[in-house]
Amino acid sequence: MIRRLLALVMLALAAPTLAQSRAPADYANVQLPDPAKEAEATALMATLRCLVCQGQAIVDSDADMAGDMRSLVRQRIAAGESADEVRAWLIDRYGDYVTYDPPVSAATLPLWLAPLLLLTFGLWLARASFRRRNK
Amino acid sequence: MIAEAGLVALWLAAALAAMQLMLAALAVSRNDDTLARAARPVAVVQGGLALLAMAALIRVFLQSDMSVALVVANSHSAKPWLYKFAGAWGNHEGSMLLWVTILGVAGGAVALLERRVAERTLTATLGTQAAIALGFYAFLLFSSNPFARLPNPPSDGQGLNPLLQDPGLAFHPPTLYAGYVGLSVAFSFAVGALITRDVGPAFARAMRPWVLTAWVFLTIGITAGSYWAYYELGWGGWWFWDPVENASLMPWLAATALLHSVSVLATRDGLRAWTVMLAVVAFSMSMLGTFLVRSGILTSVHAFAVDPERGTFILILLSLYIGGALALFATRIGVVRAGNTFELVSREGSLVANNLLLSVILGIVLIGTFYPILAAAMGTQLSVGPPFFEKAAGPIALVLVVVMAAGPLLRWRRDTLGALVRRLTWPIVATGIAAVALVVAAGWFNMLPMLGLALAAGLAVASVAPLAGRNLLRTPLFVYGMVVAHLGIAVSLAGMAASTAFTREVLVAKAIGESATVGPYRVTLRGIRPVIGDNWSALEARLDVQRGDGSTRLLAPQSRFFSNPPTTTSESAILTAFDGQLYTVLGQPDGTGRWQLRFWWKPWVTLIWFGGLLIAGGGALSILGHWLRDRRQKKRAIEAAEAAAHREAWAA
Repeated sequence: MIRRLLALVMLALAAPTLAQSRAPADYANVQLPDPAKEAEATALMATLRCLVCQGQAIVDSDADMAGDMRSLVRQRIAAGESADEVRAWLIDRYGDYVTYDPPVSAATLPLWLAPLLLLTFGLWLARASFRRRNK
Repeated sequence: MIAEAGLVALWLAAALAAMQLMLAALAVSRNDDTLARAARPVAVVQGGLALLAMAALIRVFLQSDMSVALVVANSHSAKPWLYKFAGAWGNHEGSMLLWVTILGVAGGAVALLERRVAERTLTATLGTQAAIALGFYAFLLFSSNPFARLPNPPSDGQGLNPLLQDPGLAFHPPTLYAGYVGLSVAFSFAVGALITRDVGPAFARAMRPWVLTAWVFLTIGITAGSYWAYYELGWGGWWFWDPVENASLMPWLAATALLHSVSVLATRDGLRAWTVMLAVVAFSMSMLGTFLVRSGILTSVHAFAVDPERGTFILILLSLYIGGALALFATRIGVVRAGNTFELVSREGSLVANNLLLSVILGIVLIGTFYPILAAAMGTQLSVGPPFFEKAAGPIALVLVVVMAAGPLLRWRRDTLGALVRRLTWPIVATGIAAVALVVAAGWFNMLPMLGLALAAGLAVASVAPLAGRNLLRTPLFVYGMVVAHLGIAVSLAGMAASTAFTREVLVAKAIGESATVGPYRVTLRGIRPVIGDNWSALEARLDVQRGDGSTRLLAPQSRFFSNPPTTTSESAILTAFDGQLYTVLGQPDGTGRWQLRFWWKPWVTLIWFGGLLIAGGGALSILGHWLRDRRQKKRAIEAAEAAAHREAWAA
C-alpha cells in the first residue's frame, strides 16, 4: 500500500517533466514508426499494470497515468532499451505490483514452482493407480 | 403485503429444508422406507416455496414498491421493464435468493424425476441438498433479508449501476447460477453415494445429466461474459485472466474433468474415487467463485456490497460443506471397491490423462488467482496476470489438445500405440500441412499461437474421425454431442490463436476527411456529432469503412459521458466480416482539430465465441442423446417383460 502511494507521489512529481514533453514526443496514443519496436512495446505494455485502475493493463486503460506510462515505455523502447530493461526499471520504481509477469524471487518462487509440483504430483498419482490396476 | 408473503415463503422453505434434512438423516440411519418416501414430497414443496419467494421479489421490483429497502437501493420507477425484472437479482440479496431458488427447484426436480439410483442413496442425496440449502436460507434470513421494509419510504429509488443495464447481463447471473447449482446436485449425489457406500454406474448415470447441464450453462456463461468484456470494455481483449473471469473458469474446468470421469464410471465402472473427488472439487469451485465475487475481496461490478460479515458467512459455509465432504471422503474411500481395471493405452487411460491435465490447469488458475491476495495479506504487493497463466497453463493446454484428439479414437480397456497412430494418420497430416502452410504464408511467428493453430487443424480432423466408417443414421446422438463439442474446442482454439497472432492495431489522430488503413480495410473519418441518451451524452464518430473496392459501410463508435457518477466509457463499433472483425474506438480530440482513433483488425476472432456455442451445443446434444437412450432401454425392458409374461401365460 505504502509502495503504491509512494508510486503515485513520484508520478505526481514526474508529471511536470512529462507535461513538457507533450505534443510531438507524447507517445501515449501514438505508435512508434518502426513496426518491430511498436510490437515489442505493445507486448510489454500488455503485461504492465495500470496502477490507478481496477485490474487493467496500461495498454487497455484510458487513465491519464496509463497514458503517461505508455508514452514512457514507447520512448525507452525507441531509444533502444530492451523490454526486459524497461520492465526492470519500472519494477525498480513502482515495485513488483506493476508487472503482471511476476519476477522470480523468494516471494514468487512457490508460485512459479507450483505448476511443476502439481504436474509431478498428478503424474505420480496417476502412475500409482495404473500400476495397481495392471496387476 | 407481497414482500411479507415472500418472507413467509422463505421461512417456510427453510423450515421444510430442516425437515427434509432430518427425515433423510433418520431414514438413512434407520433404513426406514416410510420416512424415505416422505423426503421426496418435502423436497418438491420446498422448491415450490423458494420459487414463490423469488416470484414475490420479482413482483415488488416490477411494481417499484419503494417501501422495500432492496428496491430503493437498486431500482427506479422509470427504468425499462426488463431491468426492473432483472434488477431483482442484480444485487447481493436478490442474487443469493436466486441461488437458493434454483437450488430448491433443482432439488425438487431430483425428487420428482430420479428413479435410477437406489432409494436409500437418493434419500441421502436429498438430505445433502437440504443441508446445502439450509446454509443459504440461514444466510438470507439472518444477514441478507431481501424483503426488509423501510420505515420511511422515499418517493423513488436510486437506480441500477449503468454498466449492468445490458440485456446480455440481465441473464448472465441466472445462467452462471444454473451452472453452479447443477454442480451442487452432482455434489449431493456424490455425498449421498458415499454415505450409502453405493458408488457405481447407476449413481454415475443419475449424476451425469446434472453435470452435463451445469457444464452447458457454465460454457454459455463464460462465452457470453467473454464477448461482453470484448465489446463493452472498448479495448478488444476477450480474456484477461481477471479474478472474476477465473472464478467462472475454475468450476468449468472441474466440471469438464468431472463429466469425462463420470462417463468412465457410467460405461466402464472405473475411476470411482476420482469421480466422487471431482464432484466435491467442482462444487467447491463454484462456492469459491461465489465467495470471490460476493465477499468484496475483489472490487468490481460483481461486488455489490463490500461487507466483511457476508464474506465470512460464505467462507464458513464453504469450509463446513467442503470440510465435511472431504472428511466423509477420507473415512469412506477405503470401502469404495476398486473399479474395473484398464491399461495405459486405452480410452480410460486417455480420460485419466484428461482428468490429470485439467486438474493441473485448475490448480494453476486457483493458485495464480489467490497468490496476490495471500501475498498482500503477508505484506507483499504483487500482480499475477496473463503472462503467468499463459506460460504455466498454455503448454499443458496444448498437450491436453493432443490427448483430446487421440482419446475418442482409442478402444476401451486396452489398445495399442501402433493402432492409435494408424487411426491418427489424417489428423497428423492435417497438423503438418497446417504448420507448413502457416510458415510459408505468414513466416515464423510466436511459438504458442503457431502450435495452437496447427493443433487446432489436427484436432478438427480428429474430432470428426470417430464418425468415419459409421452408419451416420444409426450413430447415437451422444456421439454427435462429443464430436460437436470437441470440434467446438478446435474452432475456439483456432480463433484464439489466429487473433493473437495476426491482430493489426492502428492508433491515429485524424482530421475530418482523412483516412487510415488497417488490415484489409480503409477507414475514413466523415464527421463527429453529439448524441444524447437517457442518462448520458456522447460524441459519435461517423466512419466510412471500405474493403478493397467493395461497398462502403458506416461505423459509429461513441465516447460516452455519464454524469452520475462522472465517468467516460468507450462504446466501440464493430464490423463483422466472414473472416474477422474490424473494431473501432473513438478517443479524445488532440486540440488541433484532429481526433484520436483506434482501429483493430482481428482475423477470425469470432471463431472464439462460435466455438463456445458449438461446445455448449455438443453438451446439449449429449444430454438429449443419453435421455433418448435411457427411454428406449426402459421401453425395451418393459416390452421384454410383457413378452415374457405372454409366453408364460401360453405355456401354462
